[in-house]
Amino acid sequence: MNTTQPDAPALDVSGLEAGYDHKVLLKDVSFQVKRGEIFFIIGGSGCGKSTLLRHLVGLRPPTAGTVTFFGENFNTVTADRQRELLQNIGVLYQGGALWSSLNLLENVMLPLEEYTPLGPAERAELASMKLAQVGLSGYDAYYPSEISGGMRKRAGLARALALDPDIVFFDEPSAGLDPLTSRKLDELIVTLRDLLGMTCVVVSHELASIFSIADRVIMLDKEARGIIANGDPRVLVKESKDQRVREFLGRGEDAKVTALQKQPSP
Amino acid sequence: MSAPIIVAPETRVQLREDGEWLLVELKGAWRITETRPSWPVLLEGRDPVRVKLIWGKLECWDSALLLFVFELRQWCRTKNVYCDLTDLPEALQKLLSQLVVVNETRMAFDRSRNFLTTVGLAAQDVWAKTKEIATFVGECVISAVGLAKNPRKFRWRDCLEEMQRCGAMALPIVGLISLLIGITMAFQFSILMRQFGADIYVADAVGLVMVREMGAMMTAIILAGRTGAAFAATLGNMKAGEEIDALTTLGIRPVDFLVMPRIVALAVMMPLLALYANGLGILGGMAVSLGLLDIPPTAYWVETQTAIDLSDILTGLIKASVFGVLVGLAGCHRGLRAERSAAGVGNATTSAVVMGLLLIIVADALFAVAFNILGW
Repeated sequence: MNTTQPDAPALDVSGLEAGYDHKVLLKDVSFQVKRGEIFFIIGGSGCGKSTLLRHLVGLRPPTAGTVTFFGENFNTVTADRQRELLQNIGVLYQGGALWSSLNLLENVMLPLEEYTPLGPAERAELASMKLAQVGLSGYDAYYPSEISGGMRKRAGLARALALDPDIVFFDEPSAGLDPLTSRKLDELIVTLRDLLGMTCVVVSHELASIFSIADRVIMLDKEARGIIANGDPRVLVKESKDQRVREFLGRGEDAKVTALQKQPSP
Repeated sequence: MSAPIIVAPETRVQLREDGEWLLVELKGAWRITETRPSWPVLLEGRDPVRVKLIWGKLECWDSALLLFVFELRQWCRTKNVYCDLTDLPEALQKLLSQLVVVNETRMAFDRSRNFLTTVGLAAQDVWAKTKEIATFVGECVISAVGLAKNPRKFRWRDCLEEMQRCGAMALPIVGLISLLIGITMAFQFSILMRQFGADIYVADAVGLVMVREMGAMMTAIILAGRTGAAFAATLGNMKAGEEIDALTTLGIRPVDFLVMPRIVALAVMMPLLALYANGLGILGGMAVSLGLLDIPPTAYWVETQTAIDLSDILTGLIKASVFGVLVGLAGCHRGLRAERSAAGVGNATTSAVVMGLLLIIVADALFAVAFNILGW
């Protein structure tokens, strides 16, 4: 990746205003994501997590503020450069968002077809490898409608990884998955970070994932219309001065305690 | 089968006066499926100062009792009457407190607008939609120029697939309708022409109308309903499934990838289908002439040939191609702008067909004027 600033953070958001249809959901959002970090954006339903994600990946232009990837402002560069920057960004959508008219292999091959000079055989080989990486070897010829939700997500991840991006965004990766599958997806995220050095930005409110894999979280709040916490979730849950943060993160602990207490009762 | 239990309201609530207290005893079975006693009716004009609810022998109770107690308490509040609920079980009191919270936080929400606001918003909406359509057409033009410069990027496979779907697979329905249109026109014209003994001119009339007008028009209308709707539904569904977003974040423009192959497919297939429609329309006219007017097919065919020249056919085909682009634009535009829901896809489909038909008719009128001026 030909970045202009080798030391710049993977993602630098400053003063971003997020919203839609003249409705401002978040104001003055600023944070940085270091390279190789697993970074979570958390918060209650309706606080603007997914909207923020759409702003970050360029699906919505910001009404104010800047989004900078590896030192380059995404919104001020030329359209061609934007395309080049997008190559370096992978996005895993909530439902996988696989193209339903293409089979899994073709889905993963499409980004390669768009951006690389590789021939069909090489593309297929590479795509097949990416599918194997997410545990879907042998499913090349299946169509998205023929596989389960968890597999669709993994295939979506394979597609997001097709061009070996430096930063990958995950939109609620564990939504609609059983705990085991979601755990496996978490492990996959950690593996990818450890092996490929990818930066991962995850939008989620799954406490199990937050505590097991997040290096750092920011918490958004609907009333505050912005970030109310930024740090290690394991520290925040105990030491945050904000009650909302402790409550949100602590909910998991409480639930565990009540579940344990209830079990021995006759 | 158990017969429904009918309990007269009076047996469920018993009123007893004790000094300034009105004791209300609750009894029997309260089921939401049965009518609930009304508190004002039960009062029968009594005017208590204090009301106390007494928990009598209740077989069962559900939300019906809850609503009754709620109604009673609301009545007490408005009349400033003391209401003692302490005898009621805890569960009921908890449910009641929930109901109160819900009810008290509910605010009357005025969604009505005055006339000026409505007109203003409508005007804004029209302006926004016009801008949106202009932007979309602009995007398509940019994309077309880009793909013309670099044809390798064009999705030929998708385009061929769409051609198969909107062209070859539409042959039966386009054929049937054109044949019937030809037959109907021949019947109508024959009534008129016969009065003048000009039977043979049915061939001229059917041929000209079919080739210049009806062939392209009927094909376009069929494809607006068939293919335009399909485009809107497909793209709308893709949008709902975030598939369009997935393209965008990969730096692939949805217009290049999804819209251009579809519009090109329609623009190519529509004239071919119109040509086929022309042929079948003339065939229909020929059949009627043979059966009704005893004109031999050869004579009919020769007459048709003298009536129609190449420019007539060409104008029809130009129109067909333009209609194809319009139907494709309407379908894809509505699909890409669909709301992300099942209803959104439905609306997109409907408005794709309506917009397609509207564009076809408007374009046809413009063509009529233009060809008239050009003398084609």
